Amino acid sequence: MEWETVIGLEVHVQLATRSKMFSGASTAFGAEPNTQACAIDLAMPGTLPSANAEAFRMATMFGLAINAEINRRSIFERKNYFYPDLPKGYQTTQLARPIVGAGYLDITLSSGDTKRVRIHHAHLEEDAGKSLHEDFHGMSGIDLNRAGTPLIEVVTEPDMRSAEEAVAFAKKLHGLVTSLGICDGEMSQGSMRFDVNISIRPKGEEKLGTRTETKNLNSFKFMEEAIELEIERQIHVLESGGKIVQETRLYNGDTKKARAMRSKEDSNDYRYFPCPDLLPVVLDEAYIEDVRRQMPELPEAKRARYIADLGLPEYDAGILSGDAATSAYFEEAARLSGQPKLAANWVMGEIAAQLNRQEISIRQCPITAATLAGLIKRLEDGTISSKMAKTVFEAMWNGEGDADTVIETKGLKQVSDSGALEKIVDDIIANNPQQVANYRGAAEDKRPKMLGFFVGQAMKASKGQANPQELNRILLEKLGG
Amino acid sequence: MHNLTIAQMIRELRRKSFSSVELTEHFLQRIERLDSQYNSFVSITRDQALAQARAADARLAADNAPALCGIPLAHKDIFCTNGVRTSCGSKMLDNFVPPYDATIVENYLRDGVVMLGKTNMDEFAMGSSNETSYYGPVKNPWALNCVPGGSSGGSAASVAARIAPAATASDTGGSIRQPASLCGITGIKPTYGRVSRWGMIAFASSLDQAGLMTRTAEDAALLLNTMASFDGKDSTCVDEPIPDYTANLNQSISGLKIGLPKEYFGEGLSEGTARAVEEAVKTFEKLGATVHSISLPHSHIAVPAYYVIAPAECSANLSRFDGVRYGYRCENPQNLEDLYKRSRSEGFGEEVKRRIMVGCYALSAGFYDAYYAKAQKARRLIQQDFVDAFKQVDVIMGPTSPSPAFEFGSKGKDPVAMYLEDIYTIATNLAGLPGMSIPCGLVDNKPVGLQIIGNYFAEAQMLNVAHQFQQNTQFHELAPAGIQ
Repeated sequence: MEWETVIGLEVHVQLATRSKMFSGASTAFGAEPNTQACAIDLAMPGTLPSANAEAFRMATMFGLAINAEINRRSIFERKNYFYPDLPKGYQTTQLARPIVGAGYLDITLSSGDTKRVRIHHAHLEEDAGKSLHEDFHGMSGIDLNRAGTPLIEVVTEPDMRSAEEAVAFAKKLHGLVTSLGICDGEMSQGSMRFDVNISIRPKGEEKLGTRTETKNLNSFKFMEEAIELEIERQIHVLESGGKIVQETRLYNGDTKKARAMRSKEDSNDYRYFPCPDLLPVVLDEAYIEDVRRQMPELPEAKRARYIADLGLPEYDAGILSGDAATSAYFEEAARLSGQPKLAANWVMGEIAAQLNRQEISIRQCPITAATLAGLIKRLEDGTISSKMAKTVFEAMWNGEGDADTVIETKGLKQVSDSGALEKIVDDIIANNPQQVANYRGAAEDKRPKMLGFFVGQAMKASKGQANPQELNRILLEKLGG
Repeated sequence: MHNLTIAQMIRELRRKSFSSVELTEHFLQRIERLDSQYNSFVSITRDQALAQARAADARLAADNAPALCGIPLAHKDIFCTNGVRTSCGSKMLDNFVPPYDATIVENYLRDGVVMLGKTNMDEFAMGSSNETSYYGPVKNPWALNCVPGGSSGGSAASVAARIAPAATASDTGGSIRQPASLCGITGIKPTYGRVSRWGMIAFASSLDQAGLMTRTAEDAALLLNTMASFDGKDSTCVDEPIPDYTANLNQSISGLKIGLPKEYFGEGLSEGTARAVEEAVKTFEKLGATVHSISLPHSHIAVPAYYVIAPAECSANLSRFDGVRYGYRCENPQNLEDLYKRSRSEGFGEEVKRRIMVGCYALSAGFYDAYYAKAQKARRLIQQDFVDAFKQVDVIMGPTSPSPAFEFGSKGKDPVAMYLEDIYTIATNLAGLPGMSIPCGLVDNKPVGLQIIGNYFAEAQMLNVAHQFQQNTQFHELAPAGIQ
């Protein structure tokens, strides 16, 4: 039977506020456990929450960016459950009246097609702390530094039909929130976490199948793997006559295996009710307009600008505008070098390949945009050949200095001086009379192939530093007659 | 010294009739000598009190001290006090020492007020008789076999017994006014949002309000001046101008329109209480006030609505007491669930557990609309009753509680009988209005309280009305036998 996959996402996006959703404690990542948790985060008796205005601004900005209705009046509710990393015994979140209503994001697929993914709503809430189950000799440790960090949870409609579409949406969302500056996008630090709802149904069937939820995926790669694995599992279960059980699953990216965590039967009754410690949040027109005016350039606009103003092909523009850090890097390199297309090639080529190889983000790139621009300039003014540029790039990556320093210390200057090149060419012609005769006797269309011999000899004689264009010109002139 | 009002103490401190250290020492000795009969204090902070008194004396000598500087005060043990155990009347917090002060505690420290200690209370403020305290019941100084009311029973008894000049308290459904009534003193619950809730351990957040127990309305006005503040740490605090509550105390109340809700004088009200309240109203008429019969038609749904909303909020507010970070933890927990179950079963008393379970039930899937949502609708109707009433009258009066102090154990088996103690006080909490109770007579030598309900943020008017009554009557000067 042919199956169709149906995917909906719930995405937790950590907001890049300096302090927490309801307290003044810092949200910085990586501090010693429990050093960034104040009395409010610890839920000490008598403490009360005060909502972080910056979080509302960021959520509003997100809502405007996905063309959603911003609810003029939103309400915080308490979601009740017991867990040691949830100090109050409830999470303060939004349910009936979230700040961001229905909106959408358009994604581009590898086929070139565009698809609209509807977003059901996005709500503000606080993150929980972390339970640490290792290194405590059978006990668990609790780190409440993350407790109270502001999140928006973005909930999509079940509009995606494959892992590719889900990942395309995830990347698009990542690009959007980083471009807006409302999330640092550091997935490995948990800044964006994806819960994936997956079901399958016979192709053509309208009724949705029973879904499972794979929780807490924090890389695009794991997300793709987890989805593929779950689709395969569901098909196998149904085709062997079984039934899908509604359950929560966990995917382990190291072992490439998933397991069921809990089924719907043991799910909590969260007993939501409006939080009496927080007033309804009322946003007026003026506030929303103010946020709209402060919106940074969105990826869509950026993409259009790269095509129109920088002359980039659509493909390049799409890739470079998708992620805020990448586009910032690219724009600086393009501006400083004055060569947008070359800058695009380098960022999408060598830089991306190296970052991938070392599994680091462009923020940690050892070559700054300015240094890359320096390399592009030397390539452009003919000081070095593209082949040499690769060597210079590698040296720059390894911290051996900027392009000029590397060219100087490695003696990589290209020989473009026509006097010097002419002398080399003259010597080669003199020393290889047979090849010269063969060349001159050959038909016009065979000649380019035979020219390779002379180019090789000249490059050898110049220790690889001959300017290829210039060398070609002189060779053709002297051999051709 | 202990028979002086705070207004008098303020004058005598400046006349150097005695120092704050002498005044504080006097009250400390009274507590140490007499409180074994009342059990109104759970902590006595002798050393800190004397240190604060010495500092207050230094400020008084410098001549620019705030009005309340050097005045001793007791705090209900629901208010967090930095470095001083704050138990909330519960085994759960028997070992809890907060590293911070409640905003109201901070306000009093700022003005040089001396803390004598912490007063006993119903566990987590849940009770109307002070019988649910982990530290044992408080006894009513007027009749030691009777309850002082609750939940602020310790605060009320300590002021009635004159072992504290005044005490802070909190009121969620009547926890200031009912014990004030039963102990024959003056109690004020300000408008919701007038006083910061920061550092006051939550029972039901949308109903809880800090207030005061004093002997006179004038003292209440003096103390409210310091207690009331706008506080950014409490989102429900209201940024309304704070008047000098003593400024209008002596204003005439001629022409004041008093509303008497007919619902507050029906079945269930004891005869003696009804008579004392009617007499009090006559006194107001003599002072030039006019009396109007009004109706608060939704009064009968106040208690049911309250006993859905308050437990619902408390069920979540008390989830933080889980044995993980502070407070009581059971011995040798076997696993997480065991830790939760036993810590909470052993750490909470019966009434607290009852309300948590009622609250969880009211909020649970499938019952939310029938209980919680409906109770919120009832709450809006009750609020509207008052809004309509205040279009016709300036203040509303009635009994504070249906009858004077009752004997220990007499309502112990039937929670609903106990809940009806607050039948006249609960509606003001649901509406968020300010209320007072002032002594207006004795029945069988037990005090009766008159309740005064004011409009939103009309504390000054309410205090003026109460003060005028006290200028023309002596009920507030009566003391239990053996005290004077």
